[in-house]
Amino acid sequence: MKKAIITVVGKDTVGIIAKVCTYLAGEEINILDISQTIVGGYFNMMMVVDVEAAKKPVGEIVSDLGALGESIGVIIRLQMEEIFTKMHRI
Amino acid sequence: MINISEVIETNKMIEREKLDVRTITIGISLLDCCDSDLDRCCDKIYKKITTIAKDLVKTGQDIELEYGVPIVNKRISVTPISLVGAGCAKTVDDYVKLAKTLDSAAKTVGVNFLGGFSAVCSKGMTASEELLIRSIPQALACTERVCSSVNVGSTKTGIDMDAVRLMGETVLETAKLTKDNDSLGCAKLVVFCNAPDDNPFMAGAFHGVSEGDAVINVGVSGPGVVKSAIEACRGENFEVLCETIKKTAFKITRVGQLVAQEASKRLGIPFGIIDLSLAPTPAVGDSVAEILEEIGLESVGAPGTTAALAMLNDQVKKGGVMASSYVGGLSGAFIPVSEDHGMIDAVCAGRLNIEKLEAMTCVCSVGLDMIAIPGDTSAATIAGIIADEAAIGMVNAKTTAVRVIPVIGKEVGDTVEFGGLLGYAPVMPVNKNSCAAFISRKGRIPAPIHSFKN
Repeated sequence: MKKAIITVVGKDTVGIIAKVCTYLAGEEINILDISQTIVGGYFNMMMVVDVEAAKKPVGEIVSDLGALGESIGVIIRLQMEEIFTKMHRI
Repeated sequence: MINISEVIETNKMIEREKLDVRTITIGISLLDCCDSDLDRCCDKIYKKITTIAKDLVKTGQDIELEYGVPIVNKRISVTPISLVGAGCAKTVDDYVKLAKTLDSAAKTVGVNFLGGFSAVCSKGMTASEELLIRSIPQALACTERVCSSVNVGSTKTGIDMDAVRLMGETVLETAKLTKDNDSLGCAKLVVFCNAPDDNPFMAGAFHGVSEGDAVINVGVSGPGVVKSAIEACRGENFEVLCETIKKTAFKITRVGQLVAQEASKRLGIPFGIIDLSLAPTPAVGDSVAEILEEIGLESVGAPGTTAALAMLNDQVKKGGVMASSYVGGLSGAFIPVSEDHGMIDAVCAGRLNIEKLEAMTCVCSVGLDMIAIPGDTSAATIAGIIADEAAIGMVNAKTTAVRVIPVIGKEVGDTVEFGGLLGYAPVMPVNKNSCAAFISRKGRIPAPIHSFKN
């Protein structure tokens, strides 16, 4: 398993999760967990996904999701999980 | 599993507090490029650098994209060229040719700086080292990406005052040859005492002879993250303050460690060290001076500055060593004047002078860094500044360095614009009393008594 974290930050609108999930399904990326919170009036969503079987290299998925975010008006990032685990776990 | 608030915290550090990996530097040994023929030597150097480092920039960009953390610079350090060129470079022009070779190799692989046009002398200079030093002004004037450093002393050997004197003249000559560019050549020239072999930061990076054939060293940064963390500690006692700095340094260093391991794996080059320095940039919010002010000083330069910096430096190290087993390089807080807007403001307002900066260098990494001084400063005075810093390094068994820029044609009150990460600097006054008779003495200052540990 190759875990990555997707974050979506922006104003809440209808269909954000649906659009992200549709993209992920098309790229064979499995969703392991979803959580969300509102910080300072902004919608914050985090998805844990498995990119092991993904059709494209991680770099391209990052760019695709970035572009998808722009089209919806939110910021979407995908980062490999280790940057968070290394920083927050001993 | 990682939770959403941890993810938000990390991304806030990257986006708002300017957490980044300052540099991935590949150290490359050029010892096997030595040759009795200059052209063959240049050929081998060019081939070795462009082979080993060919994927460095691309790999750095890939890691940046996949982990979402900026990697600002990709750089190269090489074996001190005074060793590589000793067999074939017989004139100043020969060394300049070697510098041009390094410059073109750096351009080919796409790195912004390459360090190692260096001479590591501490007890005395070999003929080759002296020749290289004499070639530095021309080499830096006719290359773009080459950085140069010269070591003039160590705790074990004392200070080679002949090298110090020569470096005073060399710094001034470099300033003159690059005067059309605000003497920018001097920003690429560092004079060290106790220079480390594995420093990834420019301009002082070189690949020391104690290193293997090739190695990945990573420099992390993050003054903004530390400042933001300690904003929550206003009025708290020192224990709380120190704990906060340590925890933050740990987090920053772990990012560096991750990037270093990943780069090492992808490039097939062993991981060397993490340099856990707080390296400022001219951007607001990316300043070591601001941290000191957040700790409780009205301005950097106020009484208490040295103590606050000593504490900061120590806590950064303590947090960092927990995060990585291999910590090296310079590791500490940098206080380059032109690269830190808090320092620049303090100098402009007359709240910080060279003497206070010198005191600060006793307790943090490196030394008098990126300081613009009047262009009419004499070579002997520059040598005196170098000797003072070298003495601090020698006696305290730490690395110290001098990177001053005598800006030809400018005087106190003028401002110099270096551009990019090098920033801008007000020209600072230098004590006008002469040290010429001291500097003109030949020979070396002996090693201090506490260096005899055998």
